[in-house]
Amino acid sequence: MHKLWASTYKELLLLSRDLGGLAILFVMPLILVVTITLIQDSTFRSINDNKIPILWVDYDKGEVSKNIYDGLAESNSFNIIGKETDNEAKELVFKGKYQLAIVIPPNLSSELEKKVNLNVEGLLSKFGLDEDMPESEKMDLKKKEVILYFDPATQMAFKNSIKNGIDKMIFKIETQTIYKAFQSQITDDETEAIFDTESFITFKEITPRIGENEIIPNSVQHNVPAWTLFAIFFIIVPLSINMVKEKSQGTFVRLRTNPVSYLTVLGGKTLVYLSVCLIQFGLMLGIGVYLFPILGLPSLDVSGKIPQLFLVAIFAGLAAIGLGLLLGTVAKTQEQSAPFGATFVVILAALGGVWVPVFIMPKFMQTLSNLSPMNWGLNAFYDVFLRDVGIIDLVPELSLLFLFFVVTTAISIFYNERKNAV
Amino acid sequence: MILISQLSKKYKNAEEYSVLDLNLKINEGEIYGLLGPNGAGKTTLISMLSSLIKPTAGHFSINGFTYQKNGNQLRQLIGIVPQEYALYPTLTAYENLYYLGSMYGLKGEQLKEKINFHLEVLGLEKFSRKKLDTFSGGMKRRINLIASILHDPKVLFLDEPTVGVDVQSKNVIIDHLKKLNTLGTTIVYTSHHLNEAEQFCTKVAIIDHGKIIVEGAPKDLISRYPESHNLEDVFLTLTGKALRDHA
Repeated sequence: MHKLWASTYKELLLLSRDLGGLAILFVMPLILVVTITLIQDSTFRSINDNKIPILWVDYDKGEVSKNIYDGLAESNSFNIIGKETDNEAKELVFKGKYQLAIVIPPNLSSELEKKVNLNVEGLLSKFGLDEDMPESEKMDLKKKEVILYFDPATQMAFKNSIKNGIDKMIFKIETQTIYKAFQSQITDDETEAIFDTESFITFKEITPRIGENEIIPNSVQHNVPAWTLFAIFFIIVPLSINMVKEKSQGTFVRLRTNPVSYLTVLGGKTLVYLSVCLIQFGLMLGIGVYLFPILGLPSLDVSGKIPQLFLVAIFAGLAAIGLGLLLGTVAKTQEQSAPFGATFVVILAALGGVWVPVFIMPKFMQTLSNLSPMNWGLNAFYDVFLRDVGIIDLVPELSLLFLFFVVTTAISIFYNERKNAV
Repeated sequence: MILISQLSKKYKNAEEYSVLDLNLKINEGEIYGLLGPNGAGKTTLISMLSSLIKPTAGHFSINGFTYQKNGNQLRQLIGIVPQEYALYPTLTAYENLYYLGSMYGLKGEQLKEKINFHLEVLGLEKFSRKKLDTFSGGMKRRINLIASILHDPKVLFLDEPTVGVDVQSKNVIIDHLKKLNTLGTTIVYTSHHLNEAEQFCTKVAIIDHGKIIVEGAPKDLISRYPESHNLEDVFLTLTGKALRDHA
């Protein structure tokens, strides 16, 4: 035990002697969490101060184009700039000045009305409710296209949400036009309400509750756990560099000639770097609770969750340290350990669902995601932050994280002994 | 006593053996010099004896212990002064020694006393709270030595302990080693300083191409070759004057 404490104390001294490194270790993750949360917060907010400028070319100037325009304006997401011609709008968008231009074709409103009227009249005549239409009126109307120009650099997710939004608006307008056409065929009194045009099917989101209070997730509840976990796993970079340095200084070689086990040497590192992870975690929670409201972000709600959160942080930290120990054992140079460590953390984060939610990944990647310790950690954090589960419910994820630590540490010891067997 | 029997080492991808069928007996209380040109196999032999590398063939024991059976007891019994400094540059001399002494199971007052004693003898007591990266080469060599003798090893292996140090530091180191030897420490030492070895060692072996080509007390060896006036002459007679660069 004395050797373990001596190793721990030595690691603490080494870390404290590198004040620059220590500052980076604590400050950079904080900057990361604040930056990402500030950026992502805008996408979570219902009232968005930063409206996206889009171009609007209206050749229709009718009911339909007015409805679409109003729909876009009411969404509060866009700053709609009118343009006279299709070509002008197209050029500006393709040059990247704007992300989107919407071109409403001429006579869209009148032809939609004509088309609906024809269909309604045709239908009613089949039921004998209306006189037969003269053949000459059964005209074949051409389909109309609302044209969307996107900046080629626009992300697919944005494109899809715009397309879906406009599609929904058009569908609503078509439905209302059909109702109106039936109304005018059945009665001459426009005020008589024959059809209830309100949506019959609506949806209601049921969120978990703590007592009377609903748990409504905000950008902070999503971002802090994800990016905190990312920062915790970044510990593998300084840890592996520390180990590679010991190799190049010859101190690891000296330790191999001492009556001390590799497990003890790794134990000292584990204790110190786990403390670093927990301090980092505490600072990030502190930032979420105290600094975010000052920056205009929602406050991180940690009430009644602190023990569970630290429990998850301990196990996530152990998993990260296990990986760092393995990398430090295998790597021969800092040029190997640092870039590999940093890139590998980004890959694990991507697989773990830090960048993109796991459920929208391809099937194969979803399977791979189950192997990422960051996925287990993230799920455990979401369980605490968003699903308000108890410690017992965290056991599966915590067990996986601990198992990962045990396996990676065991491989490190095995690799070291095999490489240096006498 | 160190008993080495048919010890061989061939590194992976190497064409030749670094040590080949080497037999050697080093008695308790000796100061034994392993001398040889670059690439002769001296460091490889010391590395095997200090458990850093695995022999390809053969075996050895130190005071009856082997690494396979009594690894930790054996490591407690020996001290190794490596060629590199093998110290933490950002820690102070005292912190380095405290940590490395702890790894031998030393602690508390006993450890502090030993550190202070050796620092004083080797003239470093006033630098004990300075970081290693501010030390000169000679000072680092002395700390390197102290780190290996805090636990009073029965056998001390030194791989070129005086390389690159000033004359004063060298004298202090050699004097301290002689003192340790009189207290019962067996010393096995490699060096390219043949005059130093001639004065310091009770027995030497000249190694070349992984084999011992001659062994004996320095004076006996010099007398064995009439045209030689010192150990360096014997060395050159036996190993030749051709350069022994290797990579």
